[in-house]
Amino acid sequence: MLLAEGLRHGFGAVRALDDVSFGLQPGQTLAVFGPNGAGKTTLLKVLAGLIRPQRGRAQVDGGRRAIGWIGHQPQLYGQLTVRENLRFWASLYDVPESEFLLRKDSLLVRLGLQDHEHRRVSELSRGLVQRAAIARALIHDPRVLLLDEPFTGLDRMAAEELRELLSEDAAEGRASVLVTHNVDEGAELATHIAFMRAGRFAHFAPRAGRGPQQVSEDYRNAIA
Amino acid sequence: MRLPKLLRHAWTVASKDLLVEFRSRTAILSVAVFVVLVFVVFQFGHDPTAVSNVDLAPSILWVTFTFAAILAMNRAFQLELENQALDGLLLAPIERSSIYLGKLIANLVFVATIEVISVPLFSLFFNVPVLPYLLPLIALIALATVGFVAVGTLFSAMTVRTRFAELLLPVLLLPFMILPQWWAVVATGQLFASRPLSEILGWLNMLAVYDIVFVTLALLLFPATVNE
Repeated sequence: MLLAEGLRHGFGAVRALDDVSFGLQPGQTLAVFGPNGAGKTTLLKVLAGLIRPQRGRAQVDGGRRAIGWIGHQPQLYGQLTVRENLRFWASLYDVPESEFLLRKDSLLVRLGLQDHEHRRVSELSRGLVQRAAIARALIHDPRVLLLDEPFTGLDRMAAEELRELLSEDAAEGRASVLVTHNVDEGAELATHIAFMRAGRFAHFAPRAGRGPQQVSEDYRNAIA
Repeated sequence: MRLPKLLRHAWTVASKDLLVEFRSRTAILSVAVFVVLVFVVFQFGHDPTAVSNVDLAPSILWVTFTFAAILAMNRAFQLELENQALDGLLLAPIERSSIYLGKLIANLVFVATIEVISVPLFSLFFNVPVLPYLLPLIALIALATVGFVAVGTLFSAMTVRTRFAELLLPVLLLPFMILPQWWAVVATGQLFASRPLSEILGWLNMLAVYDIVFVTLALLLFPATVNE
């Protein structure tokens, strides 16, 4: 479903990705942990096709249409309502009107946004904006989800709800790549764990039942 | 099959931009104030016994349109930087040229709105009757506007991620505006001097060729300008 082979990319003298390879099957979630500047966001951008790697290739079954992106920036327009934003993005993904209405209603209920549908995004709190961003990313029912620090700005309850939503989606067969510098976030969601340092995977393996604390220890050992 | 989809996506982008502008009204208001200010300054700042209004008016009209359009085009891609929406657009499974086309349509509607407001004000301030030449004047303004907005929209995309975008856009754009502005000023002067339409037709043809060349070039070059 998602394949990365020998990805290399640099910005000037800085090597942001250095021979990164992995594959994901439907329902699998890869959590990539690493310090700031490790190359995590570059990896996501290469997987999304926003950056063409200098070497290697990234392939997602279904192409760009199959990708959903949740980042720390919501990619929403503040002057538009939640509904108008969702409609705009759905139109770009050619989602038919009837499907749009069904998905929009379902997502708004799942994300607790049903009372905010007609409010402008600029009027929403940070947590609600992030929920709207999640609805935007899922409105075209992507098969692969790329998440860049998705828990940033969320309170504990909203973060928990996001984790639940991602677990449900994974159970339905959606593959995800989640990058974050915070090991406590997202470890439970992952079927695979990678630790990234200086553009390389210092560790890549199935999580194999490890809890967040063990993952945290592994991370400290691998990155130190 | 590809063309209707491209146009549909372009219209989706354009209508979103127009809705955002309609809601905020920040750009249109600042440009409208700018237009009135320019007319007031020129009206009271020149000696009508030295240079007649009719001689000066075409230059004033096009200087106003040019700087009003630059103000407008500066915001075209700035809007997409808000919350990194540009990355979302680039990630969407649409032709990159449809993003350009959408921005071009929105900018054209925006600049046309400014022009619709400006022309009656211009007529009022400078006592230049425009009604007798309205149709050829509309054709002239439309053809000149398409050309420089097409180039401006491309440069707006090129400069949006730079630190001095608002400074860079006019620096890059103004050299490309010299020819269409020159032709438009001369043709407008001939219109106001009640010269026969056949004399103006040559300028209109040149503006049309400029539009075709630069819209085509911009459509081809745009995908490369937004790649990271």
